[in-house]
Amino acid sequence: MTSLLPTEDEGMLRDMARGFLDDSAPVRALRENRDRGRAWDPGLWREMAQMGWAGVLVPEAAGGSDMGHRAAGILAEEMGVTLAATPFLSSAVLAATALRGAAHDRLAAISSGELTYALAVDEGAKHAPARTAMTAEAAGNGFRLTGRKCFVADGSSADRLLVLARTAGRPGEAQGLTLFDIEAGRAGLTRQVQATVDSRDHARIEFAGVEATGADVVGEVDGGLAALGPALNAGQAAMAAELAGLSTGAFAMTAGYLKERKQFGRTIGAFQALQHRAAHLWCEIEVTASAIANAGRVLDDTPDEADLAVSLAKARAARTARQVVSEGVQMHGGIGMTDDFDMGFYMKRARVGAEWLGDYGYHAGRVAQARGF
Amino acid sequence: MSEEAGDLERFRSTIASWIHEALPEDLRNQPRTEDSICWGGKRWQFRSESQRHWLERCAERGFTAPRWPEQYGGAGFTRAQEKVFREELARAGAPTPLESFGLWMLGPALLAFGSEAQKAHYLPQITRGEIRWCQGYSEPGAGSDLANVQTRAEDRGDHWLVNGQKIWTSYADKADWIFALVRTDREAPKHKGISFLLIDMESEGVTTRPIRLISGKSPFCETFFDNVKVPKVDAIGLGRVVGEVNRGWDVAKHLLTHEREMIGGGARGLLGGRSLGDFLGSLDEGILDDPALRAEAMEVEIDTLATALTLERYKDMSESGQGAGHASAMLKYMGTELNKRRYELLMSATGSDGAEWDGPHGGLAAEWLRTKANSIEGGTSEIMLDILSKRVLGLPSA
Repeated sequence: MTSLLPTEDEGMLRDMARGFLDDSAPVRALRENRDRGRAWDPGLWREMAQMGWAGVLVPEAAGGSDMGHRAAGILAEEMGVTLAATPFLSSAVLAATALRGAAHDRLAAISSGELTYALAVDEGAKHAPARTAMTAEAAGNGFRLTGRKCFVADGSSADRLLVLARTAGRPGEAQGLTLFDIEAGRAGLTRQVQATVDSRDHARIEFAGVEATGADVVGEVDGGLAALGPALNAGQAAMAAELAGLSTGAFAMTAGYLKERKQFGRTIGAFQALQHRAAHLWCEIEVTASAIANAGRVLDDTPDEADLAVSLAKARAARTARQVVSEGVQMHGGIGMTDDFDMGFYMKRARVGAEWLGDYGYHAGRVAQARGF
Repeated sequence: MSEEAGDLERFRSTIASWIHEALPEDLRNQPRTEDSICWGGKRWQFRSESQRHWLERCAERGFTAPRWPEQYGGAGFTRAQEKVFREELARAGAPTPLESFGLWMLGPALLAFGSEAQKAHYLPQITRGEIRWCQGYSEPGAGSDLANVQTRAEDRGDHWLVNGQKIWTSYADKADWIFALVRTDREAPKHKGISFLLIDMESEGVTTRPIRLISGKSPFCETFFDNVKVPKVDAIGLGRVVGEVNRGWDVAKHLLTHEREMIGGGARGLLGGRSLGDFLGSLDEGILDDPALRAEAMEVEIDTLATALTLERYKDMSESGQGAGHASAMLKYMGTELNKRRYELLMSATGSDGAEWDGPHGGLAAEWLRTKANSIEGGTSEIMLDILSKRVLGLPSA
């Protein structure tokens, strides 16, 4: 089996990504985006696309760099360290994976950064694809989509949407779902900003009889979950990697503060009560890093058997991130609660990232199922 | 297939046919229990002729210490060869021919710090299972503060005169020799006055007393040294101090790294090879319907899988020369704390059956109690966190 250690190329990719993000997308950039009222910086995304990041999972024949899921994980992780806001997960990971077998022109446009996507799957407060109620009724030669989606990441800004809708069966049934690929400006579609605490782009989208044709269907009619499955796994693994990077970033900030802040005439990092908590967090981050590396390995080597590895990574990463940001604010004391200080950004992104595409309980359940209980 | 891989596959088939020929039929696929382990030693009573035969066949090929150099009784295997060897043993259902503190602890310390003469004499005895060693580290006043050892070895010209007490010496009552930390300089700072001394347990003045633990009978002992004379150079011309006099702390630390990795990795191989899900599923119907228990089980399972991956990752790091000194502290801390949670879960799941000594789940209760020592022995969890906060995080000393 492939080693869990990064290859030389992967090590270089990480170093390069870290250098670029430190310069071009530090946490300060997230603050600036928020204060300017935008979720992400199109200029930054163009630069990333030029470096091959937008095409990390796009075949070379379609103009991508096709570096694989381990590489995508490394990029997501490094973006997590500085909380860089981009359409990377929605477009470069989710859509590129879902459309991998599709027409080259869209993949090429994803890879060049010109075309962005969003995945519209959730309809309630929790990720539950099988509970999809939105309908795609047969109408003439095509379909008419009616219903509501929420928590659509990058949904307000995306050029196109991947939409999961029911062509048969009842909510709760995994069968009878169909995946559509439609442009976001289609008649009958209205988008509303869902202002989440992480200052990223999330949207509620209403579909009032939006028309779609057979050419808009990704995969098979009634086979939407099969078409979407690999993309969900890829997106969940990349989100897990982002959360792991976020944990690393928040922890580095906290450990740094422990060495600077003085109280009672000494550096607070000399207090054993804080030392042990900090060392424990470091251990949790190390163990989670192993689950992240494993998810990338399994997605590249045996993608059809990736559910366990992906859910293990997402469950661990969500739990670790929550611990690290909670302790991060606590160890910073009052300053950690202020908006002037960056720790709050880590906490807010950790909350949203933990929910997206399945929370701890959702993924723990998938682990339990894969492990026979 | 690369030339290297081809060589390894030829090596595998050689090993497989050797095991097939040498392994007695009645040792195949036997569960590993305290009673099935072959510890060796002068007073060792083999469980069967087969156990003796298997040890001797393995020892003559160096297979009891596959990685040690051939001139010291090992097989001189590379890491990759050792892995293949262990895989083939597992595939054949073969027991480990010999387990001992000599193989796990003293041997690696001698290989790193021993004189040529010490290595040539002691290592082959270990690989043949002739001498059983025990470890004399902790004392009543030197637990977490191990460098505070007070057992002293006074320089009396041609010999050391040893007085003091050790505690938690596993199998001291069954061991032939002990490797012990003793104070040879009482004036020096505490880390700088310690020596690593080899003592024959048959020497006059050495006595042992077993300790009963909360889990029932235990291998732990107290060991007393009352005016024990240890020759500086013995009858066969060997020195009894490993490394330099007063530099024993270096040897001790090296050896503790091995011990911590061993204890930290102990969480595997439970439940007789069954997965947690299988085991819980085999219990009373409905046990997994208990929401609190189910949540606990899922969390333990997630952490078990992630910890196993971490062991794999750190092994890869160490094999590719990126090993880090702090790894053993992290693996020990996370592994032992997890093992305690696993056993708490198993006890909850088995209910009153599990609370019984030798009940329907055999020795589960004793194992559960024994896990509580995992986060104490070989350095407590708190000491591991101290090490990590200083060495990895670079936090200042209190």
